[in-house]
Amino acid sequence: MTVEHRLGAVILAALVIYALSGGADYGGGMWDLLARGPRASRQRAAIEHAIGPIWEANHVWLILVIVVLFTAFPPAFATIMTALHIPMTAILIGIVLRGSAFVFRKYDAQHDAVHRRWSTVFGAASFFTPFVLGLCLGALASGEIRVTDGRLSSGFFAGWTTLFAVACGLFAQGLFAFLAATYLTVDTEGEPELQAGFRTRALVSGVLLAPAAALTFVLARDGAPQIFARLTSWWAPLLVAVTSVCAIGALAALWSRRFRWARAAAVGQVMCILVGWGLAQYPHLVIPDLTLSNTATVPSTLHALQSVLAAGALVLFPAFGYLFYVFKRRS
Amino acid sequence: MTDFAFARSQMAMSLAFHIVFAAIGIGMPLLMAIAEGLHLRSREAIYVDLAQRWARGTAILFAVGAVSGTVLSFELGLLWPRFMEYAGGIIGMPFSLEGFAFFTEAIFLGIYLYGWDRIPAVVHWLAGIVVAMSGMLSGVFVVTANAWMNAPTGFEMVDGRVTRIDPIAAMLNPAALQQVIHMVLAAYVATGFAVAAVHAFFLLRDRTNAFHRTAFGISLAVAVIGIPLQMVSGDMIARMVAHRQPAKFAAMEAHYRTEAGAPITIGGIPDDAAMTTRYGLRIPRGLSLLATGDPNASVRGLDTIPRDEWPNARIVHWAFDLMVGAGSAMLAIAAWAGWLWWRRRRVPDDRWLLRAVVVAGPLGLIAIEAGWIVTEVGRQPWIIYGVMRTADAVTPMAGLVVPFVTFTAVYIFLSVILVYLLRRQFLETDPSARRGWQARQEVSRDG
Repeated sequence: MTVEHRLGAVILAALVIYALSGGADYGGGMWDLLARGPRASRQRAAIEHAIGPIWEANHVWLILVIVVLFTAFPPAFATIMTALHIPMTAILIGIVLRGSAFVFRKYDAQHDAVHRRWSTVFGAASFFTPFVLGLCLGALASGEIRVTDGRLSSGFFAGWTTLFAVACGLFAQGLFAFLAATYLTVDTEGEPELQAGFRTRALVSGVLLAPAAALTFVLARDGAPQIFARLTSWWAPLLVAVTSVCAIGALAALWSRRFRWARAAAVGQVMCILVGWGLAQYPHLVIPDLTLSNTATVPSTLHALQSVLAAGALVLFPAFGYLFYVFKRRS
Repeated sequence: MTDFAFARSQMAMSLAFHIVFAAIGIGMPLLMAIAEGLHLRSREAIYVDLAQRWARGTAILFAVGAVSGTVLSFELGLLWPRFMEYAGGIIGMPFSLEGFAFFTEAIFLGIYLYGWDRIPAVVHWLAGIVVAMSGMLSGVFVVTANAWMNAPTGFEMVDGRVTRIDPIAAMLNPAALQQVIHMVLAAYVATGFAVAAVHAFFLLRDRTNAFHRTAFGISLAVAVIGIPLQMVSGDMIARMVAHRQPAKFAAMEAHYRTEAGAPITIGGIPDDAAMTTRYGLRIPRGLSLLATGDPNASVRGLDTIPRDEWPNARIVHWAFDLMVGAGSAMLAIAAWAGWLWWRRRRVPDDRWLLRAVVVAGPLGLIAIEAGWIVTEVGRQPWIIYGVMRTADAVTPMAGLVVPFVTFTAVYIFLSVILVYLLRRQFLETDPSARRGWQARQEVSRDG
């Protein structure tokens, strides 16, 4: 494994962790917007309680992806940010409004009307942003973003305006909603009414994921031919099998109220999906022209970056461990 | 306006917005850590009350800083893809280090803000120290990357291609140390003055209020210690710029014609066509003395720079004078406050001093904005000084008016809300309002 492959693996790993942590925070926002009925405000409080202390740290995984991408693979970063200028800008607007609305809601007047106004912004941005993230990942896989003589030649609408990309966006939304609801069943232990509500939400979104996944797969045949071809190669059945076991396991555990098992299975499911996408995408950053090796910068920088990441991980993981220990331990 | 002009405007506006929150994000954790440290030593409740109150404001500002910083990391590629393609491998190093510093800051800020009753007091204070340190380091790394744009080192150019990259040498570029010191001090001074102004305002209403007196004392101390150091740092960085970026220095000083024993020009209207600055106040030999330490030395003017490599002298000169003027005013107030403090051995609360501090509240942030205009506009037309022109780095994307208008609207909207929210945080200081707030906190914790 060369150094650029290791750094590619870091990008994928950071994306997986972002999906598992930050993604679930988006999902929390979606359920916040959908909170209805007599327990709506208690549901919102549970969501806020779950993501309040950690969402900012979770968000930094996305920044890490960006930074490693532009340090190690500068031409790929330049191409992606040019070709996907429009959806990336949309993501930024979503991130700004979502983060601000969340903190404004916490510190603004506690009247219901004010609370609802910020909840609406927070929730709408939580729906919108993962959808556009999905569009962008779909675009990278589509094979429609083309580079000729080192310059983007496919314009500003290629890849992300296809049905396949839309399916990826919807799938990302569904995945994050499912993940969040599953986490929340564990976070609301000791509050059976709330827990039951999140269990129902997790079951519904988990079941809906199956047709969404199937649709994305079918659309990939025309929308992302390389991904489709890879997902029908030798390792794919194995990965699909593990993913299915996780998905069914998560639903079964939710059904039988084994919420910690459900959470673990949902985490496994999301990891399998993203790793599967990464394997199908490999070795491309942008299919078909930009690969890890043809966009990597000079070895001196790659090695220095690798050392920084290793040293950073030594600081980061204990710190994260402590954060989750303080706020997620059983009280 | 061209797409290029909109790209520059969007970047400038995003930086101008973010830098306020970045500076406060460096300064506030220091104030909170001091207050909480005093609590650990004296066990007086007022200090922990203060740290908690400051923490509420910091939480709001930090969140906006985090998201506006994310915007900038994307905008580097969205607006300047050719620059990132060229420079990403050279200056990615400080950005990745900044990523980890920011990670640490976000993690420990979460622990700090939400962990008051979950972890031991000393551990909580240490978490605050980690936030203060990592916040400062974030600033250090980002400014290091910016310094590289002013003093690009650590690579070689062969046939228009970048080779022999040494990312460590790029990070330790000759502008880095001076810029880092100047920015970190600026963050402490600006936060100190801004916070002191808020509490001075309340002290003017009620000078017996122990809460505001304590808060005023801590924030004023940081400002009073910081501003003289900042003036020294300013002198050092000016000499460095005079030596390394003569075009920027000449624009700062509105100095058109190279001469020995050059006067310093304060204010006035720089006129590129006539190559002179009209109506300015001139101090003979001042510029030679400032730039070299020798009143008779020759100082390069814009006349030694090719015409198409001039920065906009009016903007740079006026911004520079604004920064120095704001700094001088703060220094004067700090000297006054420090003198009263030393003579009376207690936090000074003279009515006129309090009024002056209230008026001086925004000066630190104004100086920061002006200083960034000096360094960024003064580097033009280069994005990497002497290596790559800003116009060659811009995205081929058309219609950049749309994101510019959108981000401007969003940031104006956020600013209005922030002013409103922070104002309410400040006003909620009378005891009855505080009890109400604590009761609500209890409810939300139980619920």
